[in-house]
Amino acid sequence: MAALDPIGPPRRASSWRSPRLRAWLLQAALLAAVLGAVALMFGNALDNLARQGIASGFGFLSQPAGFGIETTLIEYSETSSYGRAFLVGLLNTLLVSAIGIVLATVLGFVIGVARLSPNALIRGWAYAYVELIRNVPLLLQIFFWYFAVLRPLPGPREAISLFDVAFLSNRGLQLPKPLPEDGFGWLVAALALGVVAALLVARWRRDGAGRRWPWTLAALLLPPAAVVLAVGWPLAWSVPELSRFNFHGGMTLTPEFVALVLALSLYTASFIAEIVRAGLQSVRRGQREAALALALPPRLVLRKVVLPQAMRVIVPPLTNQYLNLTKNSSLAAAIAYPDLVSVFAGTVLNQTGQAVEVISITMAVYLAISLAIAALMAWYNRRQALVER
Amino acid sequence: MAKRCAFSLALLTLLGSSVAVAGPTLDAVKQRGYLKCGVSQGLAGFSTPNQQGEWTGLDVDYCRALAAAVFGDAGKVRFTPLSAKERFTALQSGEVDILSRNTTWTASRDTELGFDFVGVSFYDGQGFMVRKDLGVKSARELDGATICANAGTTTELNIADYFRTHGMKYRPVVFEKSDETVAAYDAGRCDVYTTDRSGLYAQRVKLKNPDAHVILPEVISKEPLGPLVRQGDPQWFDIAKWTLYVLIGAEELGLTSANVEQQRKSSQNPEVRRLLGAEGSFGQALGLPADWALQVVRQVGNYGEIFQRNLGGLPLNIERGQNALWTQGGLMYAPPFR
Repeated sequence: MAALDPIGPPRRASSWRSPRLRAWLLQAALLAAVLGAVALMFGNALDNLARQGIASGFGFLSQPAGFGIETTLIEYSETSSYGRAFLVGLLNTLLVSAIGIVLATVLGFVIGVARLSPNALIRGWAYAYVELIRNVPLLLQIFFWYFAVLRPLPGPREAISLFDVAFLSNRGLQLPKPLPEDGFGWLVAALALGVVAALLVARWRRDGAGRRWPWTLAALLLPPAAVVLAVGWPLAWSVPELSRFNFHGGMTLTPEFVALVLALSLYTASFIAEIVRAGLQSVRRGQREAALALALPPRLVLRKVVLPQAMRVIVPPLTNQYLNLTKNSSLAAAIAYPDLVSVFAGTVLNQTGQAVEVISITMAVYLAISLAIAALMAWYNRRQALVER
Repeated sequence: MAKRCAFSLALLTLLGSSVAVAGPTLDAVKQRGYLKCGVSQGLAGFSTPNQQGEWTGLDVDYCRALAAAVFGDAGKVRFTPLSAKERFTALQSGEVDILSRNTTWTASRDTELGFDFVGVSFYDGQGFMVRKDLGVKSARELDGATICANAGTTTELNIADYFRTHGMKYRPVVFEKSDETVAAYDAGRCDVYTTDRSGLYAQRVKLKNPDAHVILPEVISKEPLGPLVRQGDPQWFDIAKWTLYVLIGAEELGLTSANVEQQRKSSQNPEVRRLLGAEGSFGQALGLPADWALQVVRQVGNYGEIFQRNLGGLPLNIERGQNALWTQGGLMYAPPFR
């Protein structure tokens, strides 16, 4: 665009010779050509579909799906619509991505810092981790966790019991599930109040002398404690129990889910570690030395001096890794985790046969998720940017 | 990953071109010099590579018969192994000329997907397999079980229907490839493996300890399996349909790969003479050579031979049952060759 901007003042000749107009026309023609090509392809596809007698349009989304899905975050049954199945798949994708991003970030930062540790052993282990994990294809790592680690676990009847409340078997990890009872809403509200109070107290005591944390802790815990005293403990637990085939009650982390989260977060963590290392090394040594010279404890040197400056280098490539992780979650289809690709671009596509619509929707959704993550990270990056005075 | 590439390519063809799809299929096949046939990725008795790496099975033999009909040479066919998920897009986009992949004939597939089902090459029904040590005797006892199935199949829908009808709950674990599904069941990820009963018998042979598993008596659905073609090419549809009927009719008329040559010369039965091209214009009407049916039977055999070769013998030992000729209490029936 910049190259097409007028150079020098506009001449007084006929408007056709105005560079600005020519540039504008050129852009318009190009846009028209692209739109035309898209319209042509779209029309052609519709034409072909009609000629072959293949149903088209998005009406199928409201028809009953008729198949079951194992992992659902929202209410779903065989009578739900294809649209509902789409939502189930989308939420499963978002769940894996969100958990993966959090775990990968935490692990990535720890290993990235460890890579620069003065302790040779820690440094070596971190180095080995990064080189081992990032050089093995992700799909193989998913297979490793799923087929080699989780599948050989014993069946539900011989499940490994953890204090008789949690059980590990080849059906997954069964955990007790919290069941909210009367007054649970109050507890949540009180917790929220506690957090706000704690933040306020922390800000209020910031300039004051003496210890800050007892006050903050008290502010955090007092409101929930009051609620518990008033209405009793509003939470029951549903403990998994073995029935004829499986465990019932409680909640299940399926092996598919565990394998996918493990593989995605461990894999992405190795890249994040390298990004963090690069970020830390981009901070000039003088900064660190100056901070130490001011007698700042080493713990604070990293947190207050080095990391904030490194973040400016870290955040943009970190965004890339988040996007990669989200898109890589589509490998779920390989191990039967019901994510968007497996449920929607797999089963739904096959049952309805509407490949063009289903794949278009799926691609649009991944695009939207990626753009949303990128926008969020851009906002965070702007906040972290160097404010020049 | 290669599979995903093929899939995108198929989609691209659907978006971009109309040439490969709209033209009469017979001309395209003849010009190419071989038939492109979509089969399953490995289901014993239906389509599976043997020790020499050649495809064998009922679905495979049907495609060989079609190649014999078109080219007079059963060898002029190339097989494309497709997962349940990929099969329809592959046919829609023209990746294959015919899909012969133990596919159930249903109303919605016939009317909404732009396909025509050619006929039924195997009458099947869905069943369940469980481990013997669970002590399950009937499918009605499966409440709460975890069930392994293939993604994008009628199987997946039938279990949902069955469990809903009987007010039972289940947990589905669905894989894209049938091998993965069987492996997951064998490893104990699921209590139950479900697919068409012929598939259950075929896959049980592959399990670590086949004797430790039992197939439950219930048949919960009708699964008429058969080949299908793209809608909109009546000539190709007719060729595919009558190739199947020739296989069935030949068995009824007592024509086998061994005697068909001699029968053409000696038979006085007018129907046999019409079928084998000694009189009438059966081949011409389809745009095929006069001796096409003769080539089909001579090179591939009749339906009974194909069945015996692939399913009836060891190791599967599947009985003819519904797949016997109508004259022997089965459902296999060909319209008259007239």
